[in-house]
Amino acid sequence: MKVKSLADLKKIKAEVQGKIKLREQGENADKIVQIKVAMATCGIASGAKEIMSYMIDELDFRGVDAIVSQTGCMGYCYAEPTIEVIVPGQSPVVYGFVNKEKAKEIIEKHIVKGELVDGIIPVTFKTIDE
Amino acid sequence: MDKIKLTIDNKEVEVAKGTTILDAAKQIGVHIPTLCHMKLHDMGIENKPGGCRVCVVEVEGRRNLAPACVTEAAAGMNINTHSIRVINARRTVTELIISDHPFECLTCAKSGECELQDLAHQMGIREIHFEGEKSVYREDTSPAIIRDMDKCIMCRRCEMMCNEVQTVGVLSAINRGFYAVVSPPFEQNLDHSVCTYCGQCVAVCPTGALTEVDHTPAVIRALSDPSKTVVVQTAPAVRAALGEEFGFEPGTLVTGKMVAALRRLGFNYVFDTDFAADLTIMEEGTEMLDRLSRHLNGDKTVKLPILTSCCPAWVKFFEHQFPDMKDIPSSAKSPQQMFGAIAKSYFAEKQNINRKDLVVVSVMPCLAKKYESSRDEFAVDGNPDVDFAISTRELAALIKLANIEFKALPEEDFDHPLGESTGAGVIFGTTGGVIEAAVRTAYELHTKKPLPKLNFDELRGMEGVREATIDFDGLPIRIGIAHGLGNARKLLEDIRSGKSHFHAIEIMSCPGGCIGGGGQPYHHGNSDILIKRQKAIYQEDSMKTLRKSHENPYIVKLYEEFLGHPMSDKAHHLLHTSYFDRSKHFEQED
Amino acid sequence: MAENKMHILVCGGTGCRASQSEQIVNNLKAELESQNLENDVRVLTTGCFGFCEKGPVVKVVPDNTFYTEVKPSDAIDIVNEHIVKGRPLQRLLYKNPKNNYKVTNTASIDFYKKQVRIALRNCGFVDPENIDEYIGRDGYEALGKCLSDYSPSEVIDIIKKSGLRGRGGGGFPTGLKWEITSKEKNDQKYVVCNADEGDPGAFMDRSILEGDPHSVIEAMAICGYCIGANKGLVYIRAEYPLAINRLKIALSQASEYGLLGNDIMGTGFDFDIEIRYGAGAFVCGEETALIHSMEGSRGEPTFKPPFPSVSGYLGKPTNVNNVETFANVPVIINKGAEWFSSIGSENSKGTKVFALAGKVNNVGLIEVPMGITLREVIFDIGGGIRNGKKFKAVQTGGPSGGCLTEKDLDIPIDYDNLIKAGSMMGSGGMIVMDEDDCMVSIAKFYLEFTLDESCGKCTPCRIGNKRLHEILDKITKGKGTEQDLERLKLLSNVIKDTSLCGLGQTSPNPVLSTLLNFEDEYLAHVREGKCPAGQCKDLLKYEIDPDLCTGCTLCYRNCPVGAISGEKKSVHYIDQSICIKCGVCFQKCKFKAISIV
Ligand SMILES: Cc1cc2nc3c(=O)[nH]c(=O)nc-3n(C[C@H](O)[C@H](O)[C@H](O)COP(=O)(O)O)c2cc1C
Ligand code: SF4
Ligand code: SF4
Ligand code: SF4
Ligand code: SF4
Ligand code: SF4
Ligand code: SF4
Ligand code: FES
Ligand code: FES
Repeated sequence: MKVKSLADLKKIKAEVQGKIKLREQGENADKIVQIKVAMATCGIASGAKEIMSYMIDELDFRGVDAIVSQTGCMGYCYAEPTIEVIVPGQSPVVYGFVNKEKAKEIIEKHIVKGELVDGIIPVTFKTIDE
Repeated sequence: MDKIKLTIDNKEVEVAKGTTILDAAKQIGVHIPTLCHMKLHDMGIENKPGGCRVCVVEVEGRRNLAPACVTEAAAGMNINTHSIRVINARRTVTELIISDHPFECLTCAKSGECELQDLAHQMGIREIHFEGEKSVYREDTSPAIIRDMDKCIMCRRCEMMCNEVQTVGVLSAINRGFYAVVSPPFEQNLDHSVCTYCGQCVAVCPTGALTEVDHTPAVIRALSDPSKTVVVQTAPAVRAALGEEFGFEPGTLVTGKMVAALRRLGFNYVFDTDFAADLTIMEEGTEMLDRLSRHLNGDKTVKLPILTSCCPAWVKFFEHQFPDMKDIPSSAKSPQQMFGAIAKSYFAEKQNINRKDLVVVSVMPCLAKKYESSRDEFAVDGNPDVDFAISTRELAALIKLANIEFKALPEEDFDHPLGESTGAGVIFGTTGGVIEAAVRTAYELHTKKPLPKLNFDELRGMEGVREATIDFDGLPIRIGIAHGLGNARKLLEDIRSGKSHFHAIEIMSCPGGCIGGGGQPYHHGNSDILIKRQKAIYQEDSMKTLRKSHENPYIVKLYEEFLGHPMSDKAHHLLHTSYFDRSKHFEQED
Repeated sequence: MAENKMHILVCGGTGCRASQSEQIVNNLKAELESQNLENDVRVLTTGCFGFCEKGPVVKVVPDNTFYTEVKPSDAIDIVNEHIVKGRPLQRLLYKNPKNNYKVTNTASIDFYKKQVRIALRNCGFVDPENIDEYIGRDGYEALGKCLSDYSPSEVIDIIKKSGLRGRGGGGFPTGLKWEITSKEKNDQKYVVCNADEGDPGAFMDRSILEGDPHSVIEAMAICGYCIGANKGLVYIRAEYPLAINRLKIALSQASEYGLLGNDIMGTGFDFDIEIRYGAGAFVCGEETALIHSMEGSRGEPTFKPPFPSVSGYLGKPTNVNNVETFANVPVIINKGAEWFSSIGSENSKGTKVFALAGKVNNVGLIEVPMGITLREVIFDIGGGIRNGKKFKAVQTGGPSGGCLTEKDLDIPIDYDNLIKAGSMMGSGGMIVMDEDDCMVSIAKFYLEFTLDESCGKCTPCRIGNKRLHEILDKITKGKGTEQDLERLKLLSNVIKDTSLCGLGQTSPNPVLSTLLNFEDEYLAHVREGKCPAGQCKDLLKYEIDPDLCTGCTLCYRNCPVGAISGEKKSVHYIDQSICIKCGVCFQKCKFKAISIV
């Protein structure tokens, strides 16, 4: 492959950027929306893995910049699958019993428009980082 | 040329752009001490590594001191060459050098001529404040040169000479820091290297780190042995320089006094290498004409140009570096070896002396001659044709040792038969001289006409490579001259690549020819001395009544009585040699 | 299709590779495969994260979990815990040495908090063996822009305006150097990248070449465009096999993409780069020595002027820049001179990479904005002094620099301030010393380095440094006098004043600065024969306190030379004339009866 012009280079860049997007998001984690999917045994059993894939594809499809990652059991096994949504500058919110429809709603309303959606588990959540 | 103005020691000076502070200071009579720096300005040879730091001066506005020898003077500079800061630094640097130097002046060959000694004196060093480890190296003795690197001060002059001027590439700095030293490759000894023994490294070394192998004790031993007849030959360049050792102005001819001194030293016969030089011309000139006429007659086996072969360092150079061309140089031996061969045959027979009881000593401007005389092919049954070759400096030392008041000596003449020479033999001592001598004879032998004029100014001079075309009565003979092996290399490469158009080339290893030989009194970087010596050589030539080798009556007699004719079988046997391919020499040994 | 959900970045820098990071990659891949996760999770090898001491380092993104001291056998747990179950693997998390809390996120690690990564932007981020990743990070866009949108003098203007100064030690304005070289008239010019990196302990250049070789290649081409050169040479020490290898891969990929070679990006500009190997001597990093070494001569400095910009490699105008200097260039072009010059201090713009080492809790490679204080570097990024000891000094600038002390902790670090304080930036070595360090020994240590690395060309450095070292040695052996201190000063100043190249001109700095800041320590050595830090073996004396000695005979039995005598249950005694000061008795005694005096 030969880069024959600056435009060529930019084309390649556009093609390959996806490969490193994940890492760039990671670096800027505090500036973009983060979605953490609880993926402990309980979560996986209740379909968390599918929810995670769904959300990644859906966000990608809508061109929404967000980090989807997994986390351990959040301690709400009764409400699995659970996801945590962290919008920069706001306190984290945890949703329970998330299925595909719920996930779509969360993306459409909470993440894109900033409106909270039903199904919030009222918690004061602590991450290990603090 | 652009001029700039600056101030040195409160004096304003105007110099050409590009002038160093050192030279600018010199212009107004300010002497800045130096050690590593050396410049033979007429020959374009300069050593300026800026390493010793003895020459530092203070330049206003500069953070640190500036080495005068490499720093270019700039417009508006304000320079102080002896502020307290400078004096302190210069003295400390000198002390540092001495702190890593053996205190061996009493037994050092360089004592009295040593630039470090002079510097210490000038700096008024009385005490060394920094004591510590001193560098110790294995002493390296070769047939011609002794390397005592304990005394090396890393001025790198030898390296510059060997690599840049001579392009031999034997000497270079190795190791790092305190243990850095100049050495042949792989810390081998010199005799395991491609060293030509030209001695130019010795000629420029400011200290006793590089000196010649001293043959004077052996000479004294021979002189004191009543069973030996000791004859001496003196090379042409010696008489033009020996006087310097005794306070004569450079360029003073001391031929007669030299002969007188040698007699006083007890040599049984005082002969002249110039005689052998005339003989060389007979052989070499004839060979040249022979090759030339065969070439002109279309003989494709003949190679031209013919190269002179009277310089042993040059011979060793091409044996190592251009072995593929070893059939181009004339097969004639050097005058030293021709003399030895004739002395130990013709003369010994004449005097009815067994060659073993005849000791031939030569006094040479040259260190390569020490090596040459030790080559196996120049001995008969292990008895060398030339027993000892001492340098001009060694002769001076012998004269001083014998308490001979040189200046007061009368002028005396050489002995016969091997002491008679022509002006042609004399000019062997300078670059261009051998070929001029050859032309004088070859011309007359070829054209069968007397030369209209004897001085070939077109062949004289000091440029590293010169060329001239001499009209041999309608036949233009193109002649090349090179002195310094680097210059020789250029001509050789042209020959190798077929670009050369010369018929004959003279090559001398030393800058200036033998007058600048490695065994001459030290020039200490003053190239005026070489020029004056050259003048003296031409002066001696012009004073001679006979100035063409073939007119030397003793040469004529030698052929009549002994050799037959030039290039006869006997002449071949005694006066010609062959060369070796030494290019793989060291790979085999290691 | 969306890309992988997660990336596991494994450090493939020299440090981490030395502790089997390659094996970690293999194990991770195998484990992921066995769990059918190879399409979800991508494992890649990156360049150095700077945290080599805690290596091998593994980072999982997008959640930025940072694992340290990972062993190949940990791969299974990482996959099973973190990837499958989504819980960070607690035992591999980095522990904050200040409070022993575990930290998950890279961004929360003190070591990284105050760093600003420009030169190291891609180290530990991209796969250096894959040019696409570099292109994805705006790679070669700067070159493209320069070639198609700017004239050489416009590019030089950008670099000049950015305020970028050489990171190789001298701090010479890079744009100005390019301009000087560009103005030389010659049919052949060269761009040389100085990757000799001889400063002991510094490894930023190696890390950049290992972790982001393309940034240097791109910058060299930009430089070539500016100065009118179409030939680049990287002079790299032969002891950097990994960097050499990565550079080679990068060069061949760049050529394959047509980003090197003829008619780059259709602009008619040709540029090629060759690698030259260095002999590994410190002084070969000096630009004139480097050039001689490349020419096949002895690596030895020569007097400047002429500067390489005028007469360099093969006598042609040659622009020499350091690796880190080059690594900054593409970003400056992409983000603009204003952006770059907004970072840093008045006269030193941008960032500097330091190799933080010594007695701090976090050691490693850090990139910080110019103008940050030593205190921030040592106590925030470095996490303070190890084992709660007291800070004593910090040496910046490697063997050419000086020791700075408590009083200097709050000066903003930049080229000029460090020199003002009696040290220098150098190539970015930074070694922190605590109360246990003997400053005479430190000065001696640095001088030992200089001694080994001096080329020996000039007298003051060749012999002067040797003598300096001998005097220091004498002092550490208790044989020094007060006169020796005077001698040290005199000699140091003359060496600085008269040496030929930067090595000798700076080599006495450690001596002078310790003499200035810790004269009392020198005096203790020469007057009282004592080493206050207890480091100079010859000045130590082990003594048994008769009141505390119980006669347990433990010391007696352990002394390797039989210097201790005494009956069981009675007080023991050390014969000082036999004692070799090994310290064994001191360590063995359970009753603290043995003390160092
Ligand atoms: C003794 C000595 C060692 C040096 N070593 C290096 C080195 O390892 N790397 C380097 O980039 N510059 C080194 N330098 C500085 C170079 O001479 C030169 O200034 C530098 O490479 C220029 O690049 P820069 O302007 O980008 O800093 C050294 C200088 C001296 C005096
Ligand atoms: S080299 Fe000079 S200073 Fe050294 S011992 Fe010989 S004469 Fe003395
Ligand atoms: S004698 Fe001549 S060839 Fe030999 S080392 Fe000295 S300069 Fe070089
Ligand atoms: S041997 Fe002599 S000429 Fe050569 S570097 Fe040493 S002191 Fe100088
Ligand atoms: S030029 Fe003369 S002095 Fe020099 S090496 Fe040759 S023969 Fe000897
Ligand atoms: S200062 Fe040291 S390294 Fe530099 S030229 Fe002098 S001897 Fe060589
Ligand atoms: S320090 Fe070592 S040698 Fe000295 S007494 Fe103790 S154990 Fe023995
Ligand atoms: S004479 Fe100038 S540095 Fe030696
Ligand atoms: S080599 Fe892995 S962090 Fe530096």
